[in-house]
Amino acid sequence: MLDKAKINVGDTHSEVVVEDLKRTQIVQYAGASGDYNPLHSDEIFTTKVVGYPSVFAHGMLSMGLTGKMLTNYVGDASLKKFGVRFTNQVWPGDTLTSTATVMSIREEDGETLVDLNIETTNQDDITVITGSAVALAK
Amino acid sequence: MSKKDMPIEKSHIMMFARSIGDPNPIYYDDDHANDSEVGSIIAPPTFTQASAQFDPDYFLRPKIDGKGWFGSGKEPTGAKKEGSSSGGDGGGAAMGLHAEQHFEYHRPVRPGDILTPETKPGKTWEKDSKRAGKLKFSESVTEFRDQNGELVVTAIGVGVQTEKPVEN
Repeated sequence: MLDKAKINVGDTHSEVVVEDLKRTQIVQYAGASGDYNPLHSDEIFTTKVVGYPSVFAHGMLSMGLTGKMLTNYVGDASLKKFGVRFTNQVWPGDTLTSTATVMSIREEDGETLVDLNIETTNQDDITVITGSAVALAK
Repeated sequence: MSKKDMPIEKSHIMMFARSIGDPNPIYYDDDHANDSEVGSIIAPPTFTQASAQFDPDYFLRPKIDGKGWFGSGKEPTGAKKEGSSSGGDGGGAAMGLHAEQHFEYHRPVRPGDILTPETKPGKTWEKDSKRAGKLKFSESVTEFRDQNGELVVTAIGVGVQTEKPVEN
């Protein structure tokens, strides 16, 4: 859990959450999550029928990867809220970096809450996820 | 159990954590988790999305009752046009994309929980976009309650139907 004595507004925490994303990891996510949309695993359907250049990751895989950075930073079972907008697609071969920034630290109902801004970018510095989170601190 | 109930199991949590590349032992190691402040294995924050596994009618899973599937087989799409015996235009089924996802956590999800999702439609709106034509957004709000009726996770999803594939 975050320690309010050790964090300040403006602090950031960054992690590379995936390097050179493989199609197989996307398939792994399909199997674990149950979302078998062929846009994520079926190159023939996705390119020939729908017209995308290749399969691409589930938005929720990008959010899950981003969440890994977040839980590494704020600790297990500390999240109160986590929300994202998917701003660009994530493709096989992408390397993603996720960053949390402390926006405010506040007291509410006897708890210390930390508001975080969330951003995940790819190797070309294109933002694929923007979002926010609220975490419990001690 | 209602027909969409999601029984939370350790092996499923481990598989899900692996799929997001998360080696945190809180998601699979009983010894670590039981000795931790959290007290047991828990699920990662986006895990309730896997409730799709437990929806018998989930439309993005090939069905085992011969109803067909729009992904490729012999033809690029298995979806059939009216009056056609070969694969036709199945693209329409796949034009839905995920635009936003928000979670509120009321307590951690733990193995042994049985979560009952209840989904209600939220707002809908439209927007024009240069990259994908007319966009139709629709929101859904899902409350996951445990075996005691207590709220565990609230999930708000926003889906978007695009007119054409998104250009980069």
